[in-house]
Amino acid sequence: MIEDSSAERNTQTFFILGLAAVAWYVAYAFLQPVTEYVTFDLLRFERGTHLGESVAFFLYDVPKILLLLSGMIFIITIVRTFFSAERTRQLLGARSERVGIGNVLAAMLGIVTPFCSCSAVPLFIGFVESGIPLGVTFSFLIAAPVINEVAVVLLFGLFGWRVAALYIASGLTIAIIAGIIIGKLKLERWVEDFVWQMQFQAAPGDATAMTWEERVQRAASTTRDIVGKVWLYVVIGIAIGAGIHGYVPTDALADVMGKSAWWSVPVAVLIGIPLYSNAAGIIPIVSALIEKGASLGTALAFMMAVIGLSLPETIILRRVLKPQLLAVFIGVVGIAIILTGYLFNLVM
Amino acid sequence: MLNIKVLGSGCANCHKVEALAKQAVAQLGVEAKVELVSDVKEIMRYGVMSTPAVVINEKLVSSGRVPALSQITTMITDALV
Repeated sequence: MIEDSSAERNTQTFFILGLAAVAWYVAYAFLQPVTEYVTFDLLRFERGTHLGESVAFFLYDVPKILLLLSGMIFIITIVRTFFSAERTRQLLGARSERVGIGNVLAAMLGIVTPFCSCSAVPLFIGFVESGIPLGVTFSFLIAAPVINEVAVVLLFGLFGWRVAALYIASGLTIAIIAGIIIGKLKLERWVEDFVWQMQFQAAPGDATAMTWEERVQRAASTTRDIVGKVWLYVVIGIAIGAGIHGYVPTDALADVMGKSAWWSVPVAVLIGIPLYSNAAGIIPIVSALIEKGASLGTALAFMMAVIGLSLPETIILRRVLKPQLLAVFIGVVGIAIILTGYLFNLVM
Repeated sequence: MLNIKVLGSGCANCHKVEALAKQAVAQLGVEAKVELVSDVKEIMRYGVMSTPAVVINEKLVSSGRVPALSQITTMITDALV
């Protein structure tokens, strides 16, 4: 009896999901013709004029990015309902014996494990207390904030899948390598002493016990939350981008942020570290920078420094790390980001 | 009397859960003390790795998410039984 009704509810949930997916696809497919019709036929802007093209660009890009954001955040939240910090801890605990493997796994789990930088401290303690090596723990703590869904979706929407994939790959690489280096340095003595003295018994996570209805509900409310928080940044960012498009000369930044300026990568990272912004606020700026002659590597390095090494997260981590380890952490990740920036400038 | 603890190191989500818990208590009209616990050692004592978490009468009932008001109401009525 109980099974019947839950199967029925699942069918109902999947039916609603299917309808939503079709509606999403139709909206996405018809976006371009509809915005062109609105711009040139309803609002009577002239084709080919700068103003007309800017309006069309704005009217097309804003709903496109918001549609992509809603769809992707919904999907990744569904995926994340199958994971939890507790489960990740178990997975890592069993496989972190050999150097490297644990770091790779930790960085990848950093993408799919639900994570908020405000729980960085309990998560850190939970990981090291259960015997997960320090370096593996850091691989997780670096990957989780850097590779966030809003950043990836915006990069995909504004620059295409290649740049988005490149961003994910370099975020993973930085997390893995920085974690391995921190592990090799054997810095356990620079973790605050109270961490080692704690008795920690993890409570069982609740991730496995969810029904599909609950997963969909949680995904819907998370999507509402995140899109509600970032939509204004997206609109303003794209509006500024559309404006800069016409008024700033194309190569204005080429001298200071282009490939030829070797010092631009470290400077971009140094400026980026103390800055704190969410991905939604930073990416439209990055897109404007690139359009005006900044190179992709420099712009991506700046972005990673802003998102991955933020002052608030560093202050939170100070509660469990001694200043020396905090400095090593920022130094190693900062250098890794700088090298990635050079690498992109070299190959792109 | 119920003892409701919201565990979290003071982020926006933790305050949201605290407010929701107070709202649920007021709606149900039960006698309960709602407090925000932000001391890391105290949080770890409940085996929690992802905050915000909710503890009712020393029992962990939710972690790593902001529950809906109706869910908190259910947690409280469950604890009363």
